[in-house]
Amino acid sequence: MPARIEGHAILRGPRAEIDASQTAVEQAMAQHGYGREALFAVRLALEEALVNAIRHGNRHVPDGQVDFRWSVDGDEARFDVRDQGEGFDPDAVPDPTEDDNLEIPSGRGIMLMKAYMSEVEYRDPGNHLAMVYRKSKGA
Amino acid sequence: MANDSSRLRISAVNDVVRIDFVDRDILDEATIRQIGQDIQRKLEPMTAPKVLMCFGVVEHLSSAALGTLITVNSLVKKKGGTLRLAEIRPEILEVFYITKLNKHFSIDESAEAALKALA
Repeated sequence: MPARIEGHAILRGPRAEIDASQTAVEQAMAQHGYGREALFAVRLALEEALVNAIRHGNRHVPDGQVDFRWSVDGDEARFDVRDQGEGFDPDAVPDPTEDDNLEIPSGRGIMLMKAYMSEVEYRDPGNHLAMVYRKSKGA
Repeated sequence: MANDSSRLRISAVNDVVRIDFVDRDILDEATIRQIGQDIQRKLEPMTAPKVLMCFGVVEHLSSAALGTLITVNSLVKKKGGTLRLAEIRPEILEVFYITKLNKHFSIDESAEAALKALA
């Protein structure tokens, strides 16, 4: 089994930056034997995390950057996403699965991350997202 | 046959507007916005449209893509029409169940079944 693989990227917004980070994570996870289910879960959660940080977290930050750090070993994949915004209260986001909210087009990213990852934590003041995917969760 | 966007294949099957996604990933915000605009432009002049959206090739989609689907569904309903989704891979279908959007959309296993329901 290969040693732990780590990565770091500064994302400013262009799609190509997100794709490059996703590809690097995917390759590291594949090297460590994570299966298709795990790759799907992490890709979906990372997509939501990185886009949220760029589009919402840094919304009021001119030329804002997102600091993305990750590591993958044989047991788990860890991700840290920090934007430069003021943060937010994730508990204040309405539950998109409530019947009254089903027709609202936005607000599903956080719940998808929670559904697909083993751990999701927004650290104060809400501009630092830490996520863990444990291999035991899926394939 | 109309081809309004490089990201979509839009065709007519009798009185049904069939929309096939051509990309494996529906993630990029600009692409999603374009998809929404293309569909809206196609449906805008129609009355009570019958619409089938097929996801046969789609392997990944984001919450932003789900948002566009909700917006399209609202437009179709506002016009007195019907939208059905079909050919959704099991991994993607799970996303609909997690978000409970399976309650919001009419989902069929195959395009044939959807077309039969829309007939």
